[in-house]
Amino acid sequence: MNAVLTDWNIARRQIVGNAVSIGFAVAMYGVSFGALGTTTGLTIPQTMALSLLMFTGASQFTIVSTLASGGTALTAVIASWLMGTRNAAYSMRMTPILKASGAGRLVAVQLTIDESTAMGLAQDETAFEGRASRLAFWSTGLSVYLLWNLATFIGAISVSAIGDPKSFGLDAAIAAGLFALVWPQIKSRTDLSVAFGGALIALALTPIVPPGIPVLAAALVSVIVGWATSRRLS
Amino acid sequence: MMWFAVLAGAAGCYALKFVGSVIPAHILEQPTVKKIVLLLPISLLSALVAVQTFATSQSLVVDARVPALAAATVALRFKTPFILVVLIAAATAAALRYFGLAV
Repeated sequence: MNAVLTDWNIARRQIVGNAVSIGFAVAMYGVSFGALGTTTGLTIPQTMALSLLMFTGASQFTIVSTLASGGTALTAVIASWLMGTRNAAYSMRMTPILKASGAGRLVAVQLTIDESTAMGLAQDETAFEGRASRLAFWSTGLSVYLLWNLATFIGAISVSAIGDPKSFGLDAAIAAGLFALVWPQIKSRTDLSVAFGGALIALALTPIVPPGIPVLAAALVSVIVGWATSRRLS
Repeated sequence: MMWFAVLAGAAGCYALKFVGSVIPAHILEQPTVKKIVLLLPISLLSALVAVQTFATSQSLVVDARVPALAAATVALRFKTPFILVVLIAAATAAALRYFGLAV
């Protein structure tokens, strides 16, 4: 019993530590987002509303840059929805793991993004009766939410931001972070082929379709492989 | 007009997250659906990693991110802790850019 408790204390500290570092890495882009919002014609409250209410980075950058490049409000809105579609798949996967109800469920829905899902799924689903997965999701979701909004505010009020996040290698850091979280999820040959298939489809489509669609199209690989393997079993 | 875009965009994005959470359990328990839902985050997140590594808006490029991800892969093979993997990738990309060896 004591050994289990000690293990859990170690695991818990590690999970929360990782969650906070993800929050800080993502927040650097929050500063860029805040600055982009207010320099392309949004007010500070509008920029903040996007981070507080929309809270899904890719959709936020898409709506702001579509408006900035002269797109209509409707085009910008639809483009942001398209970017946010993958979150629906994430909440399908996460809801049974989280077992949240009432207001907690509505908050969990809002926190369902790439980072929180990837962290939640990177844990062993059965570890500590599911507590590891749930803590990973919640701590990552909350740390990103708080730091992303704080960063948006800083970026929105002080246009001259901290400099280009790329010069700190943050673009590579975020890609590597997600990669490190996908890594433990690949447990079989099927998983591996789905990962490679998804990556290849997205890259093949990148030059020919608008941003957002390539990643979404990768879902097709899961649908086809999932359907084929479960048919073969039955 | 701006407020319309901001609020409609946010409402839709929340609705998308919400829809996934209210699909009845008996549908998700159906074997084919279950298998597909298990595999969905793997293809989506892998695609995202690929795009974040090789794409700059709509063009495919090889820049400092590629060696950074290669370094991260080596680190992962040696079971390096998460935070170190991220730092190794950031340091690789930042150093290559600082010394003008990659963009």
